[in-house]
Amino acid sequence: MKIAVCIKQVPTREWQPRLNEAGTWIREQDASYELNEPDAYALEEALRLREKHNGEVVVCAAGPARVQQVIREALARGADRAIHVEDESLGSADAALTSAALAAAMSDERFDLVLTGLQSDDQGHAQVGVMLAERLLIPHSTIIMEVQVEANRVRVKRELEGGWFQWIAMPLPALLTIQSGINQLRYATLKGIMASKKKEIRKVAMVPGLAAAQQIVALALPTRSKQTQMITGSAPEAAKDLVRRLREEARAL
Amino acid sequence: MILVVAEQRDGKLNRATLETLAAAQALAGGDQIKAVVLGQSVGPVAQELADTVSEVLLVEHATLAIYTPDAFATAVQQVVASARPTYVLFPHTYQTRDFAPVAALRIGGALITDVTGITGTGAGATFTRPMFQGKLSAEVRHQGDGPRCVTIQIGAFRADGVTRGTAGAVTPVAVTIDASSIRQSPEAPFKEAKQAVDLGQAERIVAVGRGIKTQENIAIAERLAKAMGAEIAASRPICDSGWLPMDRQIGSSGQTVAPKLYIALGISGAIQHLVGMKGARTIVAINKDADAPIFEVADYGIVGDLFEIVPALVSELEK
Repeated sequence: MKIAVCIKQVPTREWQPRLNEAGTWIREQDASYELNEPDAYALEEALRLREKHNGEVVVCAAGPARVQQVIREALARGADRAIHVEDESLGSADAALTSAALAAAMSDERFDLVLTGLQSDDQGHAQVGVMLAERLLIPHSTIIMEVQVEANRVRVKRELEGGWFQWIAMPLPALLTIQSGINQLRYATLKGIMASKKKEIRKVAMVPGLAAAQQIVALALPTRSKQTQMITGSAPEAAKDLVRRLREEARAL
Repeated sequence: MILVVAEQRDGKLNRATLETLAAAQALAGGDQIKAVVLGQSVGPVAQELADTVSEVLLVEHATLAIYTPDAFATAVQQVVASARPTYVLFPHTYQTRDFAPVAALRIGGALITDVTGITGTGAGATFTRPMFQGKLSAEVRHQGDGPRCVTIQIGAFRADGVTRGTAGAVTPVAVTIDASSIRQSPEAPFKEAKQAVDLGQAERIVAVGRGIKTQENIAIAERLAKAMGAEIAASRPICDSGWLPMDRQIGSSGQTVAPKLYIALGISGAIQHLVGMKGARTIVAINKDADAPIFEVADYGIVGDLFEIVPALVSELEK
């Protein structure tokens, strides 16, 4: 079975946002990056499926040169090879553009199964996977919590809202967007890191003529919807003040 | 014209659809608003919406009785092709997330998801959406000439803010969907049997996020919950790690709660969590990061180390 996993490199959770001068994007040079967490779960699921059904796991990413960091990490965790659509403009691309760039690079590979995270921790459109399925002309399902590969089809447990689930079957090839928590992640071993150095990363130029479907006019720190009363002082002082306010002002205790 | 794609399950309209109608009314200026209801035997749902819009398009087809992304994307594609709206608005639900990106591609439109605010009306409007886990807020605009597609985040607009007038017409619209073109075969939805805790009934909730750091530290939060007479709950990553059971999860994939008091410990406040708890009457956020988005919805905030503050709170409550 030939499995693709689409991964994205995003700023770390500890990153404090700083904006470019125009206020339309982040100052990328200030950010440190990591593998998008939902994509890590998609990768783990692909590795487990390979253990069960054999075949190969191919990591696919669209982004600037810096994305090599997370591609290497995915190879160290056990992916077999990688395809990197490399273009500086892809660092801030929207979902329509990213999915088009990936589809052009992936279509000839004829993957049996394509996995993505359900959304990215940066722009968070939650569209790339679904659009990629449409562009690759394969069926899809989203927010998946269990994957069972059967002969020529896949049966998946899809998460609905409020604690509901649903099983859905579809023919292969198919695309699934994977929910965080579907499995327990593995981390790269020293052996995996050494082995990853010999693995192939095929660089592909972005196909010309692609355009974004949306434009960020402005980025800013969010405005507060409530007048938050900030409580200061040492821990005992703050605790005393908070308990008093919860009793007397909010009447919540 | 603005087209609102209504969402119903078993003939019951969801609240998110009404919130999306409220967003459409904010966006409309002088424009007409229409709604489309997709399903089988969903006439009563269409009637329910008739006084909120100028016309309800009623799309009934055997393949729409049970949701699949293939059938719904095809139906929306055909309705948009004949109705020619300038905007298509969807409620930002898991169902919309499953098919709207396909529908947008097929109708040649750009899709802006997760919208929490609208500035301006008509063609000049820009849309506010969270980015970077809520650390930043973006003003976004559609590109290109196709229908502008938007999904409206849960809780961003008020369902009871929808203006109702005289009932508009309910117009049946025919679609052509070949059952053999639908590739997904869904089974009946179910709940996991272990789902035992109904946090919706809790008066007070102490919820923990990544800031709690280890499973052993959950006990610190549990002591606070006990001292307050509160239930313990968590954001998604805590339940993903198995530190608390899944039925303790608050947020879009877990439970939605509106207790008298909600204490968020080490929760950064991604939108997926906020939609599950921002209806709480009083919200307290304790977080080491002063810029954490959770403070945007908090009534009381303490920036600091929860491992110092929570024990201090417990001893204060036990005095």
